[in-house]
Order: sequence, then C-alpha cells, then structure tokens
Amino acid sequence: MTEALFIGFAAMLVASSLLVILHRNPVASALFLVLAFCSLAGIYLLFHAEFIGMVQIIVYAGAIMVLFLFVIMYLNLQRDEEGGVHIALRRGLGWVAGTVVLAEGVFMLARRWAPGPLTPEVPGEAAGNTQQLGMLLFSRYLFPFEVTSLVLLVAIIGVVVIAKGRSTAGSGTRPAPGEDG
Amino acid sequence: MTQIWSNPDVQFVVWALVKIVVILFAMLGVVSYLIYAERKIAGHIQARTGPNRVGPLGLFQPIADVLKLFFKEEFMPAEANKVIFHIAPILAVVPALVTFSVVPFGPSPALVVTDVNVGLLLFLAMSSLGVYAITLGGWSSNNKYALLGGMRSSAQMISYELAMGLSTIGVLILAGSLSLSSIVAAQSHWWFVVFQPLAFIIFMLTAFAETNRAPFDLPEAEAELVAGFHTEYSSMKFGMFFLGEFMNVIAICAIAVTLFLGGWNGPGPPGLGMLWFVLKLSVLLFCFIWVRWTFPRLRYDQLMNLGWKVLLPAALLNIVLTAVAVYWGSHR
Repeated sequence: MTEALFIGFAAMLVASSLLVILHRNPVASALFLVLAFCSLAGIYLLFHAEFIGMVQIIVYAGAIMVLFLFVIMYLNLQRDEEGGVHIALRRGLGWVAGTVVLAEGVFMLARRWAPGPLTPEVPGEAAGNTQQLGMLLFSRYLFPFEVTSLVLLVAIIGVVVIAKGRSTAGSGTRPAPGEDG
Repeated sequence: MTQIWSNPDVQFVVWALVKIVVILFAMLGVVSYLIYAERKIAGHIQARTGPNRVGPLGLFQPIADVLKLFFKEEFMPAEANKVIFHIAPILAVVPALVTFSVVPFGPSPALVVTDVNVGLLLFLAMSSLGVYAITLGGWSSNNKYALLGGMRSSAQMISYELAMGLSTIGVLILAGSLSLSSIVAAQSHWWFVVFQPLAFIIFMLTAFAETNRAPFDLPEAEAELVAGFHTEYSSMKFGMFFLGEFMNVIAICAIAVTLFLGGWNGPGPPGLGMLWFVLKLSVLLFCFIWVRWTFPRLRYDQLMNLGWKVLLPAALLNIVLTAVAVYWGSHR
C-alpha cells in the first residue's frame, strides 16, 4: 500500500511542479506550488517523517505561499505574455540550468549515490521522530541551528529598519498621513 | 474474500472510511443545529424569541434554511476566475473536516479516526490552510469589496496563527507529546487550563480571530465591505462558506477542549467520556455565540496591535515561564 501511495503522491508532485512553470496564470501557478508542497508533505509522512511533513504544510503551504499570493494579487499580475530578448535569454538560462540539474540527478541515480549517509531503519518509530529530531537539533546540530536563528533575527531587524527608514526618509516625496510623518 | 478482510491495511482503511462518513454526517447535523442555536441565543440576547415558526420551537428551521439555499439562483460575476471561484468554497470546508480526524472524542481508540503522533501539528497545518478559501474566494470574484475582505482576512489569520501556535507550546511542554490522545491522557488529574491559564486565554482569543467570528469578523465588516469575501457568492456556494465557518468553530472548540479542558476526562466511568467531551464542547460553543452577540467589532489597527503587540509577546512569555517551571520542578 505504501508503494501505491508513494507513486500517487510522487505523480501528483511531478505534475503539479510542471504546472507551476507551465501555467500562464500566476495565481494558478502559486496554487499548483501549494499542491506540490502538500504532495511533498504526503511523501514525508510515508517515510515516517511526520514532523517534517506537517511543518512543510504549516510553513510553506500555510504561511509563505499565502504571502506569495498576497503579492500576486496586490500587484494584479496578468497572464505572462511579455516577449523580447530578455525573456528569451531568461528562458534559455532556465533550460540550461534545468538540463544540468536533470543530468546530475540521472548521474547520481545511475551510480546509486546519495547526498548523505543512508540509514535504512527509521529511528524511534514508536515515539515518533519529533523527539529524535529535537534531540539532534539541540545536541549535535546545536551550532548550525543557532546560527540559522541568528540569520533569521538579522532578517527581521533588516525588515524593521527598511520599513522605518521609508516612513521617515520618504516623507519628502510622499505627504505624511499625520503631523509627525 | 476472507483474505482481503484479514489484511490489516484493508481493515484500517475500511474502519477509517466508516468513521469519516459518520463524522461527516454528524457534523452536517451539528452545524445546522448550531446555526439554529446561534439564532435562538442571539434572539434571547436581544430580547427577541428567535426562529419559532417552522416546527415545534422552530426546530425545523435549519432544514428550511438549507432547502432555501438549494433553490437560490447560482450567480457568477462576469470575468470571475471560474475554476478558482468554484474551488474556494470547497477549500473552506475541507481543512475543518480534516481537523476532526485527529480529535479524540472518547477514551476508546474507536472514538478517534486516526491517533497520529503529530495530531497537534496537523491541526495547526489545517488552520493555516483555511486562509486560502477566503483569499481565493475574495480574489476570484472580481469585486473590490470581496478582494479587500479576502486580503484583510489573510493578514488577520497569518498574524493570529503565530500566537495560536505559540500558545499551544506550553501544553506541549507539560504533556511531552504531540498526539492529542496522549495530551488528554496527561490531564487525568488536573486540566491544563489550571497550569496554563494565560495560554488558554490567548488560544481562545486567537480562535475567535482564526474563525473570523465577532469581535474579529473584520473580513466581512458589513458597514465598510458589504459582505466581504463572499459578496458575490450565492446559493450553496455561499452555504459552503457558512458551513466551513461553523465547522471551523466546532473544530477549534474541540481542540481547545482537548488541549486545555481535559478532553474526555471527567468523573464517572470511562464510558461517559464522550458525554463529558460533548458537554465541554457545548459550553465553549455557547461562549463563542455569546461573545459574538455581546462585543462590538474591533478596528483594523486595533486588531493588528492586539495580535502582534499583546498576544504574541504574551504567548512567548508563557513558553518561557512554563519551561522554567518544568525545569525547576524536575530538578528540585
């Protein structure tokens, strides 16, 4: 049954990912990306990575893609019908990059290479691997984990600074809503 | 034939399907009578009687309402995005229904569809997916008011989701598990609302905002946005949004009961567990209706200030306090 479900989710993932780049309506593309994230979450669940699967939905499908949709809707992006040298150049670069990644994947699959150490057994399946993941994050991978959180903190501060800077420096170009600007 | 039935996979799937069908139909019934209850309670709060003409005490009113919705004309605005316009009401109902798949209605494993070990995360994931219905419904209608309603709602839900997720972490620290059944089992002596009063208040406040109920029903503020995101929806599509909203209310109350009010725990034999669950759920649902008909709507900036400047820091403070208390308790 697991194999059948895996094939189903994988087919959905491939199909929706293709539609993300092939569909001409940006809102539909964003929605297919959400579907792709959900199928990926299903695959994670099949591999007993429940925590990753759910976080995939909460963070990517539930938060980040909503913001994407926000931007698309606010800018009122229409169908992608521009042409010209720039588009052709971008398309060409995209095809080259895609071919390289595909060739890399085929090469690695053919040689049975894996990007990390393979563990055939799922550790601690009964208790769920959320606990295992937490243990690893706060012991072996503590330093990268903390560095990541620091990077995110820097990003937050950057956003605050940019937003603040615009409301004070931009008061010359745009009339301020209040008396203090 | 017997071989197929003895296969545990097949048994699991069949049992899950049976439970899903039971929950689906039970929810349809509960939602229609919750709407009846809301109209009755609203009536009494406003010194009226509420619906009392269709059947004894107006008890057949929900059936009449649904029949009326079915016979209404389907209308779709010109230049609406047809596919998304159709999908949005479905998206309003599905996440709410999926949430019920992890709610333990009683002590027996037969009373929960699947006891997954990340039940709480599944609830948070589904509540975060609920935004799409409203955003897409508002956008695809090709109507300014609907679009503004949808935008407001997505901003509101993203803001309050964070505080809601953080408020559940105190419960997680105490229970040590993400499975809702284990969380209920951990409350056999003391309900978590005793240790987590702050988290419970934050959770309930964010629950009002997540379900777009008054006093946080800004996405459909009638005075400024007509009917908000569902302005252009009619007939059963409007009904689906309505259904989704009430299912979300029930789902979020069920989760609140599970996390903070001891779930099915209560005096008496374990067989009474489901009764206790339903009783606690009804009390919370009554509070939802009570609040809606008592408090005025917040202004948009007040709502954002409350979410980001009060609830989020309070939830963070609660996590720190709980963690310190648990550490101190285990190292004494």
